[in-house]
Amino acid sequence: MEKTKNKSAFLTKTLEIFKKIGRGIKIFFTKMYSNKKSAIGFSIILLYVIVAIVGPLLFPYDSTVNTANKYLAPSLEHPFGTDWMGLDVFRQVISGTSSVLQVAFFTAFLSIALGTVLGILSGYVGGWVDRVIMTIVNIFLSVPSFPVYLMMAALFTIETPITMALMISIFSWAGLCRAIRVQVISLKESDFIQICRVMNMSTGHIIFKEIMPNLFSYIAVNFVLILRGSILASVGIMLVGLASYNPTDWGVIIQAARMRGLMNVNNVIIMLYPLVAILIFQIAALMLSQGLDETINPRLKVL
Amino acid sequence: MEEKTWNEEAKRPSAFKRAGRAVLRFFKKNEYIFSKIGFSLLTLALTTIFLFFLLRQIPGDIVDIYAQQLQYSRGLPYERAYELAVQLLNYNPNENIFAAFFRYVGGLLRGELGESYLQEGVSANLLIEQRLPWTLFISSVALFISFFLGVAIGGYVAQRRNGIANKIASGYIAVTGAIPDYLMALLMVTLFAYQLKIFPSQNNFDIFTVTPGFNIDFILNVLYHAALPILSSAIIQTGYWIMQMRGSCIGILGSDYIFSARARGLSERTIRKKYMNKNALLPLVASFGVAFGGLFGGSVLLESIFNYPGIGLEITARITSKDYVVVQGLVFFSAAMIIIVNLIVDLIYPLIDPRVKRG
Repeated sequence: MEKTKNKSAFLTKTLEIFKKIGRGIKIFFTKMYSNKKSAIGFSIILLYVIVAIVGPLLFPYDSTVNTANKYLAPSLEHPFGTDWMGLDVFRQVISGTSSVLQVAFFTAFLSIALGTVLGILSGYVGGWVDRVIMTIVNIFLSVPSFPVYLMMAALFTIETPITMALMISIFSWAGLCRAIRVQVISLKESDFIQICRVMNMSTGHIIFKEIMPNLFSYIAVNFVLILRGSILASVGIMLVGLASYNPTDWGVIIQAARMRGLMNVNNVIIMLYPLVAILIFQIAALMLSQGLDETINPRLKVL
Repeated sequence: MEEKTWNEEAKRPSAFKRAGRAVLRFFKKNEYIFSKIGFSLLTLALTTIFLFFLLRQIPGDIVDIYAQQLQYSRGLPYERAYELAVQLLNYNPNENIFAAFFRYVGGLLRGELGESYLQEGVSANLLIEQRLPWTLFISSVALFISFFLGVAIGGYVAQRRNGIANKIASGYIAVTGAIPDYLMALLMVTLFAYQLKIFPSQNNFDIFTVTPGFNIDFILNVLYHAALPILSSAIIQTGYWIMQMRGSCIGILGSDYIFSARARGLSERTIRKKYMNKNALLPLVASFGVAFGGLFGGSVLLESIFNYPGIGLEITARITSKDYVVVQGLVFFSAAMIIIVNLIVDLIYPLIDPRVKRG
């Protein structure tokens, strides 16, 4: 008897949690769609994610070389035509979407985690902790990132999206960390945090319940920006011909077409598909970040 | 008698102490400068350590390969050749980590950034000497063009925020902000060099038709080859500077002294030129300096897409041919230049804007 009661209590509790999450998601979507920019940007990025997940199931990539149908014109069977080995370009681009997005999302999660934790630590604790973290941040901001990426890509074998993401996030957390630190320092001096301190609230409560919600908009915007930056970095590394672990990654497709010779119009057309895909993603991410900035940044609203 | 001297000493501290205090006062007075210099030195030192550990990841047998190469080319016994190889590469896989680190730092202090083990007589120093002028030429011209265009357009647009010019500028900023410079370069090189064949697709000048030197043919040829790289990076960067200048100007336009200038009936043009631009430019000068520091590394992708023989192309080429010691030297050089230029900007900035030092 008691067990079932416990069970039902447990059930109602979980239901409540789900309702809370549902409400959160609903608020998230209404906020997202209240601004035109963020609505468009978010929809496009969602489309990319769906293509990355569902696309390879519907249009599996087939890597059997068939030189008989090389450079076919676009048709129903091959919407983007075929390349110099007779491979379908449409399927390549779709298969590359998941590869590119995996790197982007892993990088964004990793660098947001690192940047936020260290930024809050540095800003809130201050003193020598702050000085040490800021010195490390300064190094990563002053060493040119791209040559070091190339060096690392050449020295370590990069074969999975996760290792690629790890490598890119080594440099992309530093700017975020510095920005978060500045925010935390200005928040720390604000009245409501001072009151919390006077009321003897625990540090954990102040950080997670008072400071974090204020940083949320900032982190969300930066998440999108790092998404952008990591795609640029990973495609750039592959464009040089390094770390081409996945033959269908956009950067690898572009590089392969470039190596085949851009005098040939067919290669230029093959190169343009992933290029346009990258550009649309970039524009969408930029719109989403600007829209997010406008909707959830309370300071911009006042102005 | 003894007491008196003791008293005197208490009144007038010894020369040593006085000197110490004077030095302390000197440091306190120039605290800003010294803290900036100290911080830059620390960053440089830590950067060196970072690059050193990256260099340690190089497979150990490169010294062996290089030693064998020296053995053949110079006719030395193997032990002697190995010693020479270690000395030239600044790197010995058999040493413990501290000895290796001191050797590395010693090499950097002597100004030897790293010798190539694949090509005889090629070092990072030589490559910097040969390639840096070309890298600096295209990137600084692009930076100057985009900076001045951006400042002019940004200031103009900020005063007419409801006009059509601002809408066009916003669109331009959005588009150029979304397109990365290397994809722009790729598009330009495909269209103008490979398809239309108006511009050349590689090299800095035509070796067969012109002779390097101060003659009109050579200069025109160099400009002809540099046009596409400069254009493609200037197009992208201009958007950034317009955005920065517009934001800075909008902040300035809300301040009281602009209102009073308007109240006195000054024309918008005078306000822009004599009142707004001066203050709005201050933060931009700092970012301009930082951007200039970044030029010394060359933009790797841009140069490799245009096959323009700058430092960036050299870095890519050397990485693909696994000439890591030289690459490390080039990366160290560009990091050091970024740190030094940032330091100079930090030191000069208070002279331009005295508010910084006090704040």
